[in-house]
Amino acid sequence: MRVYLCTLFILLSPVFLFSRTIRVGKSQALTRIQAAIQKAVAGDTILVEAGTYREGNIIIDKPLVLQGLDYPVLDGEKKFEVLSIKSDHVKVDGFRIENSGYATLEDPCAVKLYDCSNVTVSNNILTDNFFGIYVQFGRNCVIRDNRIKAFGVEEQQIGNGIHCWKSDSLLIIANHITGHRDGIYFEFVTHSVIWRNISYSNIRYGLHFMFSNDDAYITNVFRNNGAGVAVMFTKKVTMINNTFEKNWGDAAYGLLLKEISDSYIYGNQFRENTAAVYMEGTNRILFEQNVVESNGWGLKIQASCMDNVIKRNNFIANTFDISTNGTLVLNTFNGNYWDKYEGYDLNRDGTGDTPYHPLSLFSVITENNPAAMLLYRSLIVSLLDKSEKVIPSLTPDNFVDNAPLIHSLPL
Amino acid sequence: MNKITKFVILDILRNKIVIAYTLLLAVLSWSVFSLEDNSIKGILTLLNLVLLYVPLVAIIFSTIYVYNSSEFIELLISQPIKRKKIWLSLFSGLQLSLIVAFLVGAGIPIMCFAPLKLGGMLLLVGCIISAVFVSIAFLGAICTRDKAKGIGIAILLWLYFALLFDGLVLFLVFQFADYPIEHAMMVLTGFSPIDLARILILLQMDVSAMMGYTGAVFKEFFGTDTGFVITILVLCLWIAIPFMLSLRKFNRKDL
Amino acid sequence: MIEIKNISKKFGKLEVLEHVNLSFRKGECIALIGPNGCGKTTLIKCILGMVIPGEGDLYYNGASIRNKYLYREKIGYMPQIGRYPDNMTIGQIIETIKDIRKFTGVLDEELMHQFRLPELFHKRMRTLSGGTTQKVSATLAFLFSPDILILDEPTAGLDPLASEILKNKIIKEKNKGKLILITSHLLSELDDLITEIIYMQDGKVHFHETVEKLLASTGEQKISKGIARILHSNNPGYMDKQNNETRTSA
Repeated sequence: MRVYLCTLFILLSPVFLFSRTIRVGKSQALTRIQAAIQKAVAGDTILVEAGTYREGNIIIDKPLVLQGLDYPVLDGEKKFEVLSIKSDHVKVDGFRIENSGYATLEDPCAVKLYDCSNVTVSNNILTDNFFGIYVQFGRNCVIRDNRIKAFGVEEQQIGNGIHCWKSDSLLIIANHITGHRDGIYFEFVTHSVIWRNISYSNIRYGLHFMFSNDDAYITNVFRNNGAGVAVMFTKKVTMINNTFEKNWGDAAYGLLLKEISDSYIYGNQFRENTAAVYMEGTNRILFEQNVVESNGWGLKIQASCMDNVIKRNNFIANTFDISTNGTLVLNTFNGNYWDKYEGYDLNRDGTGDTPYHPLSLFSVITENNPAAMLLYRSLIVSLLDKSEKVIPSLTPDNFVDNAPLIHSLPL
Repeated sequence: MNKITKFVILDILRNKIVIAYTLLLAVLSWSVFSLEDNSIKGILTLLNLVLLYVPLVAIIFSTIYVYNSSEFIELLISQPIKRKKIWLSLFSGLQLSLIVAFLVGAGIPIMCFAPLKLGGMLLLVGCIISAVFVSIAFLGAICTRDKAKGIGIAILLWLYFALLFDGLVLFLVFQFADYPIEHAMMVLTGFSPIDLARILILLQMDVSAMMGYTGAVFKEFFGTDTGFVITILVLCLWIAIPFMLSLRKFNRKDL
Repeated sequence: MIEIKNISKKFGKLEVLEHVNLSFRKGECIALIGPNGCGKTTLIKCILGMVIPGEGDLYYNGASIRNKYLYREKIGYMPQIGRYPDNMTIGQIIETIKDIRKFTGVLDEELMHQFRLPELFHKRMRTLSGGTTQKVSATLAFLFSPDILILDEPTAGLDPLASEILKNKIIKEKNKGKLILITSHLLSELDDLITEIIYMQDGKVHFHETVEKLLASTGEQKISKGIARILHSNNPGYMDKQNNETRTSA
């Protein structure tokens, strides 16, 4: 962080020294933002007074600071891309940007960054746009403290909140995104950090993450999104201290991991999701110190996953803690707390003396045959599960936690 | 309310077994809610109670009561009363008193702790299930004069609805896993009042999301108001049909 | 008053009634007699609608009683063995029946007082002796002054005193012109009550005669002997034995 800011400061410092300030407003000489941009030279600051500006597409093609005073409204009239940033070192701050055009081919946005670096988009309120903020070939850009809201109903008729494509070293910080297709979308984005965002009630994913290596997302909240969070075809992702909750529905996940390897999932909270974590083709992941509570399924681990380590997590009040579609177990479970564990601890070391088999017979049955879920909570199912616990015959017996905890971890 | 029904209700409410049943329900429900910090989890535990013990008590108690009332029936039948009225009064008396027992025992804690809609649904289902199994008990009891045999039939019927039927469903699900059997399954559940009741509650708690395509189909039907009304109607048929059959038999019975 | 037309009844394979045709008129006091298992009680239960005949029909005042129940207002029935709910007291039983009958006339509580039942009103039925139970049954049968009295073995189990009270009551009611139907095998008890005799055996009516005719045709003074004579002439071997039984019990 600090390094980035210092770099930014040093790069911008000659600009600051000679910069002018231009005011735009109804009572000013300049009433149009585009005119002010044309008049300005690199490094100038344009102050925009409150009011509504309907100027079609505004293009920023030189390093400027565009500062809104009392949230002036930039209205795209449902026809235009509102702000196009085509220069490095631009800052856009304090605007209310509304009603961008909508069309699936051109992907019109409230703010779009074209192949630029060191751009900051901060403190804006984006309402009812097709795409919110679109970063294309961006480097060292900061998207911070924006409130992005749309009213999408169908997946095809709305874009993403923050859409990043083929970019590097982005900082996505403290944005609130709701009502878009995907809250945050990453494709081919590397060395970036997603931090303290809240992405909720989006139509598809809260966070959609593909082919984006060496990224981290930390302390975000993903709540009540259509299908939760998807992280796919990626290496070396770090996910720390995020909250995935209330992603409930058919094919909804707290966290969907597909073709992920060498990643670290630490200290996250998964609550009230249909499936807290769904893993497919996931390898060498360390999943630790997470809370998995009140979900339909805790972990759905497909047979294509291997060498994952799941240790020291709390599994509480899930319908099924674990389910899998295969019989081969190539993952390690160790030292987790399972609220369904009924063993004992004679030597009082906090670890159960008998191993715990987290895979219930019924979860195996429903994995192969979802219709059997019809019998959930029926007598026959509890009897089957009980008998399977006593004499395991159908569930793989190496699917086991040999050191289940007696008390939940303080997470 | 007619005299006979009133008499039956007073007689049953004085009965020690019914008092014990009410107390048991009360103790179980209160303890479930005070032990579980999560009221939804409490509801799930109570759902088991409603789906297993309530039918068991309803069917066994009613069967025994019908057999023990044979003298009373005999006494009444030589009086100028319609046979239909005797049987109906006995039925409504039993049904009402078991419902009262259920509402007093489980209703108060549920209303105190559970969310209104879910709790109300659970109570509705509990009352209907009580009535259904009283009705089934009447049919079982009229089929044989022998009390021991009658109680045997009652236990078997309970076992069938609580366990064997679901076994059958599970078997069919496996046999026809590759076919689109969702709609057939939906019809099939209509043949078990316990299953209907269970699915009604589970869909309230939105477990359907975990059922994949089947869940979607079920949600589409049971989740709508029409589906709900139809389900309740089918459950009412489960009260009416066994009782009507038993009434037919009773009308022709020699005493 | 009551017409029985060609009724038959089977319990499983056992034929209990075979083509029975009878008619009872007002003011008669009819004894229905026959050996055990001859179908007496079944016949009575058919009249009461407790047993539904397999074929044939019964008529009360010319109307079929099938699926009817109101005609039972006119009938008082005293069962052979009264079975009552164990937990009810005598008082409750009598009150319940009163409630159900919704009787508006004057209650005939004579028997109740003569049997001193009000003293026992708080007693539960399961604690009663057979005799007391019979007293309750008799009281209920007469309570609503019915036109027809059907008494199934009325004196069985009653002590001589109570038996006498009941007999006097029956005579009193007979004199009011009511139809009284009694089954019994204790013939001598009936001698001074009855006007007609029906003898049943194996589900069939053997004969149906008035007492005068019976005595005149046989030349006997006692009803029992008259019956014995008739049966003897019909079926000499078996009836000798039957006759002896009758005598012993008498």
